[in-house]
Amino acid sequence: MSETTNTVDPVLQVKDLRLHYFTSKGAVKALDGVSFDLMPGEALGLVGESGCGKTTTGVALLNMPSPPGRIVGGSIIIDGIEIVGMSERDLRRTVRWSKISMVFQGAMNCLTPVYTIRKLMVETWKEHAPDASFNAAAIEERMLKYTRRMGLPDHVLGRYPHELSGGMKQRVVIAMALFLEPRLIIMDEPTTALDVIVQAQILNLIKELKRDLKLSYIFITHDLATEAEVADRIMVMYAGKMAELGMSEQIFATPEAPAAPLATSGSQAGHGSPEPLTSAAGHGSPATKQSRGPLHPYTQKLLASTPLLRKKVSELAFIPGSPPDLIAPPPGCRFAPRCPFARSKCNETEPPVVEIEPRHLVACWKAMEDPAYAVS
Amino acid sequence: MQSPESTSVGLRTPIALELKNLRKEFHVHRGKTIIKAVDGISFSLKRGEILGLVGESGCGKTTTGKLVMRLLKPSSGSILVDGEDTTAESANSKESDFAYRRRVQMIFQDPYASMNPHFKIRDVLEEPLLIHRVGETKEERTEMISAVMGKVKMTPVEEYLDRHPHMLSGGQRQRIATARTLILRPEIIVADEPVSMIDLSTRAEILQLMKTIQQEMELSFIYITHDISTARYFTDRIAVMYLGRIVEIGTQDEVIDDPKHPYTKALIQAVCEPVSGRVGLMRELDIKGEIPSAANIPSGCRFHPRCPYATKDCAEQAEPELMDVGGGHQHACRRWKEI
Repeated sequence: MSETTNTVDPVLQVKDLRLHYFTSKGAVKALDGVSFDLMPGEALGLVGESGCGKTTTGVALLNMPSPPGRIVGGSIIIDGIEIVGMSERDLRRTVRWSKISMVFQGAMNCLTPVYTIRKLMVETWKEHAPDASFNAAAIEERMLKYTRRMGLPDHVLGRYPHELSGGMKQRVVIAMALFLEPRLIIMDEPTTALDVIVQAQILNLIKELKRDLKLSYIFITHDLATEAEVADRIMVMYAGKMAELGMSEQIFATPEAPAAPLATSGSQAGHGSPEPLTSAAGHGSPATKQSRGPLHPYTQKLLASTPLLRKKVSELAFIPGSPPDLIAPPPGCRFAPRCPFARSKCNETEPPVVEIEPRHLVACWKAMEDPAYAVS
Repeated sequence: MQSPESTSVGLRTPIALELKNLRKEFHVHRGKTIIKAVDGISFSLKRGEILGLVGESGCGKTTTGKLVMRLLKPSSGSILVDGEDTTAESANSKESDFAYRRRVQMIFQDPYASMNPHFKIRDVLEEPLLIHRVGETKEERTEMISAVMGKVKMTPVEEYLDRHPHMLSGGQRQRIATARTLILRPEIIVADEPVSMIDLSTRAEILQLMKTIQQEMELSFIYITHDISTARYFTDRIAVMYLGRIVEIGTQDEVIDDPKHPYTKALIQAVCEPVSGRVGLMRELDIKGEIPSAANIPSGCRFHPRCPYATKDCAEQAEPELMDVGGGHQHACRRWKEI
């Protein structure tokens, strides 16, 4: 499917999506004009710090903002159907779970304790299946298909949530998102509460699902390293806006070479100097590279602050300061107050989203105006 | 600030804390089931050292932290602080708990839950002083609060003193939580996942701050975490725990660059990290399944059911003890030479 993406319609088109939370202090512009699309069989990673709008994007796609939030503009087209403005009843009957489902953050700890897994899944079916017909045998078969697919033994269906381990509950939650066979699944931090070994097992399973079922999904996490494993494209969000969107290879490329040897690529990356990232910009001619690598300073900073286990750097980098107040965001680039490269223009005018190389979108004045600018 | 240990400085031993064959069992289901949460661990913490306790949920790392904090009473074994057995019968009283907790303090995982939401930051920091009757007057206490807030870089102090915890970011809250443990000038700090709830982008900042303070104040630190990556940067030594026992211990570089135990190897293999120019690096893991229940510890080497290298010996023979491969790097795998 993915080879013929040019002729296939996207499963999801999001245009200029705006979602505000109307609090007593004013409207929090949690999503302020986000646009992207997703092809069948494609995996999109959503990354950013807490409060940057990742989860808000996820629930907005189900048209299910938590109060006092409201979608105030834009459009979400899933499988050719506009869902902004649709009635709650229609959303439940025809969209949620049958077209798009979500693995909520911490869902594995919110399973109704007095229901067995079977009953939980049957409830989901009754609530969301497009044809309300209730054929017990067919449902049982479907449930088994997906629990087996998630590597769970059949007896799990008769178990209560407290009888399962964290890893098993997370598998159950993903099976519940899958078993109505939606076009698209949103997974919000599905592995962050798990231990590393279980996390690695679940990530491998998600990759298998993508390969075998041609699953389209949006994977939300704060951890760029996880995205490198599961996403085809990565969207970096900052303060309710898209900062950068590119193919994983582009985001993880280095300016010097697309697959630089380990020793040279990272030794400068996490240095503790005030501008830890500029050191790499000085050397390496950008003319020979295939991709310019991560271009938004925020993406670069996020990458540099990921601790590297196998290859030790002298000191870990971090991003000083905190994200802006979204009731009154800064007038220019929202990252400017924390950006080491910010100039007066960055503080005054908001940068537009531009396609800086094929399929690589960035909203940054520096990336746009300075072709030699590329940092690992 | 008053310094309780300044008078006793000459008496301090180079080993701040020593655990000797410590065990903790929980009897549940009316005693029918025995959960061996900590099953015989020994280590020593040098003064001014940071030791990381690393492992999956259920490996006993938090129980160990609670035992060190005296929030739990060990089933057997002893805990020595400054060479003095604190688990002895004579030390078993409310008064000794009280004195003990002035020397040993804890930083909790969740900075959202570990502070009273009705308290202002001033109250959060003043409470330990009031409980331990440190500082005669309000002014004296305020001075101590200002000093400790300066230490955790929460300045200008006046801006934060009257705020409630919900008005601070996660990182700021964890700074205050750190300040609260420091204000009594403890000797040993047990930090249980202090940064796991904090954004990746500020995690390093908090850890660096803790390390700077740790060095300045010569604190001995136990860092409990499931995240071996931050342990690499924050600790001096790492102890890897599995099902209530230490399976490998050594300096962070030894344990991560040259792991001997297959469990340590698996932990390292499971970590995702960004590598420039490469995506989709993760392979199928060598080890299968999940950590078994501590109520039902496997015979022989307790890791053998999940171990890709396990033989009949591993299942049948006695559990291997920690063995030294030089320089204090110890592990508990009998097949380490072959794998």
